[in-house]
Amino acid sequence: MYDAGHYDVIVIGAGHAGVEAGLASARRGAKTLMLTLNLDLIAFMPCNPSLGGPAKGVVVREIDALGGAMAKVIDKTHIQMRLLNTSKGPAVRALRAQADKVLYQQEMKHVIENQENLTLRQGMVDRLLIEDNQVKGVVTETKACYYADQVIVTTGTFMRGKVLIGDIEYESGPNNQRPTIKLSKQLEELGIELVRFKTGTPPRVNSHTIDYSQTEIQPGDEEPRAFSYETTEFITDQIPCWLTYTGEVTHEIIMDNLSKSAMYSGAERGTGPRYCPSVEDKIVRFSDKPRHQIFLEPEGRNTEEVYVQGLSTSLPEDVQKKLLETIPGLEKAEMMRAGYAIEYDAVVPTQLWPTLELKTINGLFTAGQINGTSGYEEAAAQGVMAGINAAGKALNKESLILDRSQAYIGVLIDDLVTKGTDEPYRLLTSRAEYRLLLRHDNADLRLIDVAYEYGLISDERYERFTHKKQQIQDEIKRLEKIIIKPDEDIQKVIEEQNGTLLKEAVRATDLLRRPEMKYEHLKPFVSRETELPPEVEEQVEIHVKYEGYIKKSNQQVEKMRKMDNKYIPEHIDYDQISGIASEAREKLKQVRPLSVGQASRISGVNPSDISILLVYIEQGVRSKVSNE
Amino acid sequence: MEQDTITAISTPIGEGAIAIVRISGEESFAIANRIFPTKDLAKVDSHTIHYGSLVDPKTDEKVEEVMVSVMKAPRTFTREDIIEINCHGGMVSVNRVLQLILREGARLAEPGEFTKRAFLNGRIDLSQAEAVMDLIRSKTDKAMSQALNQMDGRLSNLIRSLRQQLIETVAHVEVNIDYPEYDDVEEMTHQMLVERGTAVKEEIQRLLLTAKQGKILREGIATAIIGKPNVGKSSLLNILAQENKAIVTDIPGTTRDVVEEYVNVRGVPLRLIDTAGIRETEDIVERIGVERSRKALQDADLILLVLNGNEPFTKEDAALFEAAKEHDIIAVINKTDLEQRIDLAEVRAVAGDVPIISTSLVEEKGIDQLETAIAETFFEGELDSGDLTYVSNVRHIQLLEQSEQALDEALQAVEDGMPLDLVQIDITRTWELLGEIIGDNVHESLIDQLFSQFCLGK
Ligand SMILES: Cc1cc2nc3c(=O)[nH]c(=O)nc-3n(C[C@H](O)[C@H](O)[C@H](O)COP(=O)(O)OP(=O)(O)OC[C@H]3O[C@@H](n4cnc5c(N)ncnc54)[C@H](O)[C@@H]3O)c2cc1C
Ligand SMILES: Nc1nc2c(ncn2[C@@H]2O[C@H](COP(=O)(O)OP(=O)(O)OP(=O)(O)O)[C@@H](O)[C@H]2O)c(=O)[nH]1
Ligand SMILES: [Mg+2]
Repeated sequence: MYDAGHYDVIVIGAGHAGVEAGLASARRGAKTLMLTLNLDLIAFMPCNPSLGGPAKGVVVREIDALGGAMAKVIDKTHIQMRLLNTSKGPAVRALRAQADKVLYQQEMKHVIENQENLTLRQGMVDRLLIEDNQVKGVVTETKACYYADQVIVTTGTFMRGKVLIGDIEYESGPNNQRPTIKLSKQLEELGIELVRFKTGTPPRVNSHTIDYSQTEIQPGDEEPRAFSYETTEFITDQIPCWLTYTGEVTHEIIMDNLSKSAMYSGAERGTGPRYCPSVEDKIVRFSDKPRHQIFLEPEGRNTEEVYVQGLSTSLPEDVQKKLLETIPGLEKAEMMRAGYAIEYDAVVPTQLWPTLELKTINGLFTAGQINGTSGYEEAAAQGVMAGINAAGKALNKESLILDRSQAYIGVLIDDLVTKGTDEPYRLLTSRAEYRLLLRHDNADLRLIDVAYEYGLISDERYERFTHKKQQIQDEIKRLEKIIIKPDEDIQKVIEEQNGTLLKEAVRATDLLRRPEMKYEHLKPFVSRETELPPEVEEQVEIHVKYEGYIKKSNQQVEKMRKMDNKYIPEHIDYDQISGIASEAREKLKQVRPLSVGQASRISGVNPSDISILLVYIEQGVRSKVSNE
Repeated sequence: MEQDTITAISTPIGEGAIAIVRISGEESFAIANRIFPTKDLAKVDSHTIHYGSLVDPKTDEKVEEVMVSVMKAPRTFTREDIIEINCHGGMVSVNRVLQLILREGARLAEPGEFTKRAFLNGRIDLSQAEAVMDLIRSKTDKAMSQALNQMDGRLSNLIRSLRQQLIETVAHVEVNIDYPEYDDVEEMTHQMLVERGTAVKEEIQRLLLTAKQGKILREGIATAIIGKPNVGKSSLLNILAQENKAIVTDIPGTTRDVVEEYVNVRGVPLRLIDTAGIRETEDIVERIGVERSRKALQDADLILLVLNGNEPFTKEDAALFEAAKEHDIIAVINKTDLEQRIDLAEVRAVAGDVPIISTSLVEEKGIDQLETAIAETFFEGELDSGDLTYVSNVRHIQLLEQSEQALDEALQAVEDGMPLDLVQIDITRTWELLGEIIGDNVHESLIDQLFSQFCLGK
């Protein structure tokens, strides 16, 4: 063993969680080391070559607002981008991009290499150095000792990873990378509770062997799009995806070979996510469906590999080939890689504080798939937060916990540490109570102040943002004052939108509130000297149109905050509180919520338990006062 | 501190002639002022009592006469503004008052919540903390077992099925949102949503209607005993109750106020109300009593109209039949042990279809026939409601009303052209509110529904 250097923070892994953790920690000013198995596979996408979508796309923007890299990197490296749910309300619109998998990695590596305070090294970590429940550093396979008081583990699906294809199984990380065995064992020895989860991926086929004439084209949006508001250069030459379907024959083959599927052969397996079932699962559970969608997604500009979305499977390789032959357009498709399932260890996330630090070991943070989530965005989100908090601890600065009304990131982490999860956790818009507030269009408005306060973004960016915020407020105020008279011109516009004609003069804001009216329609009647940027106009429109709902949500948030701001003393002894029901007591002891609000979200903790808890806390406060 | 305003009945239910409904919190005075227009309670002195009528602001109808105590923070039990409304002790009237307050924006207090607030606001001594916690625990446990007992299996099944309809609708909206490319399900349209929402709303309204009937059965059918003085009304109450509850003397005008008693007659629960004999009188106390008798007569579901067989049928007796004609009536000709001076044909002419039973309460004769007549009236009448689903708990009614309101808001939003993902907010809220009725409010079940209803994946 040799002394390889001293750091404030060490990040193990450079997947989607790891890269954001390292970048955030370094941005906050901590001297940071990032260690990973293979420098050519940084921010590798082992599954879908795509980022974003409902909820997840909002997270990408939240990460951007916190100074993270994901948004800017995908803006530079996507092959197509679309705005989803455009026919629905603003709360659920989101961007999704198809990534050039290889370019994405290269670009991310470049960002990391150019980040101040951040060192990137190749190496497999075998062991954590721990003294008296305090992390001291890590030791690699090649006997390098790196020292730091804060370590973030972001080892994804590598922990005792096992690949399953038919009846074949072997120890492996994703995509035949080496699995991490020793570190996982050490975590167990440290008394950390682990669970076994699994996930899977479909086969990839060669584009030259696809008959696209039998499929439907799925182009990107014509209008240029970007995740980051900082992006100024847009990609215009996009590559389409294609849609086809499974059929009766596909389903027959699956049913005939079900016993050969690694997932169905009867062996005890880790828990897979319901929202990403393998195609076997889909056929078994929804046997009445005559067909299922299959999307063909190119993996990049400089490759012929095409990802077959919808065909995730752990059937034997020969059966996978047969399946492909039954799908229109893929009859002659050449399978370049087979699909597989992977099983891995995850940390039971209720063992974490909301900062993502383990409750039992000082300075040890975990982030990403290791915490029981699934998905690049979910991983990256945790990475940012763990990076901010590990650096904060190292530098004696404040920690950052986002609440459920501030960001999907807050929802994600609160769910994980408060409720835990019994399957790989994916974000969905329906997990958020205040999704009208958690829109993709206002991620910056929600988070930039925090980001600036925590030193995560530059002064210039903050100034640009403050200016935007001011413009929005001013324009809303201005519109409230403008009275529009029912003259011919406006009536004509209203008529064109199939609205009811004005009977009397109205405020511009009242007119904008009508469902059929857009800011753009009003422009000639509320003229101003300088045009506003489109994103400002968008904000004005949303604010005015949905004011009622936004207000309602804000009132609920107020209530939640009140409970979230009632802190539970750190050393509370739940065994001392006699009135609490025993199930609630066990849960409270396990989760150790920081606030009464968090306690109230634990399943099994009832309102009466919360009342009793409040009385107990008040008793403590008062006896302290009277002792002084 | 907690800001919302809470309310609860603070006297034991079903006991005592007077009940107190308490309101505590910032909104107490505002709420009270909306339903007690007699005077501005925010302006009166603290710790004063005021007489007046409660009025339902929705209909402007008078609900009942009450005494209202006003106590201003911080010199109160909870250290918050407190209003206490003293009203008639019967379940019907207390529930009505409570519901009015709930509708005006108060929240039903959790078990032990007044005491909890008193403690949290520093009103109760530190040494009592343990006792406060124990109280919350025991009250909660008691309330839970009560709630379980009260919950009719049919009700919970019905609520479950309504919730299932709602969650399927919500899951449908959600799948359109979270999986926009998924083409297996048709896009939920505003029209589909209106159809499903309206269907559920109608069910909720039906439940709310039956709630009233449910209440009648639980508390007993309001049964007023009326008649001229000294005919034997109090004696009748005592016999049916098998207890000497009301004072019986040979002085006409003995009963001066309404006396209530719960009895069960052949399986029909009755809330028997003995009243002051109705006559013109100079005695001021008796006159108030007579007024109350008339009121009791109006509110009653069943009237036992007592006549004295020992005296001729009079104009006053006929007037009583006239006053009670909107109600179910059973005529009782009492004192058959004495010489009969009443003209039966005359009675029959005025009574019409009303059953006439002869009794001698001193000799306990005719009681059986009377009981049979009471039971028949109800088992053959409309109140035989064996297949109704009963909702009677105040909390349930409040939650149902809130559910209806949330659904209304959703339907209104559709009309206003709001996008479905916003409309969905109030549908989900309805689903949650209905869940509270049956004590099921796990948010995860939406996600379960999503993945069991639709085939999603990669
Ligand atoms: C087969 C498969 C299918 C998937 N399917 C889906 C899906 O359908 N939907 C979805 O949302 N997500 C899916 N995912 C998950 C998605 O890939 C992950 O959620 C995401 O990549 C997790 O990011 P992470 O940073 O936590 O971990 P990873 O991206 O796995 O990164 C882990 C990093 O840790 C490094 N590392 C591991 N061990 C060590 C060690 N001992 N020392 C040093 N470095 C180490 C690795 O080199 C790697 O850089 C799938 C993953 C796999 C493998
Ligand atoms: N002989 C006889 N006397 C009866 C009978 N029923 C009641 N009485 C008597 O009639 C008198 C009046 O009876 P109450 O029951 O007090 O009559 P009431 O209708 O309640 O009278 P007020 O309350 O004064 O209106 C008492 O002295 C009873 O004992 C009966 O069936 N036969
Ligand atoms: Mg009497």
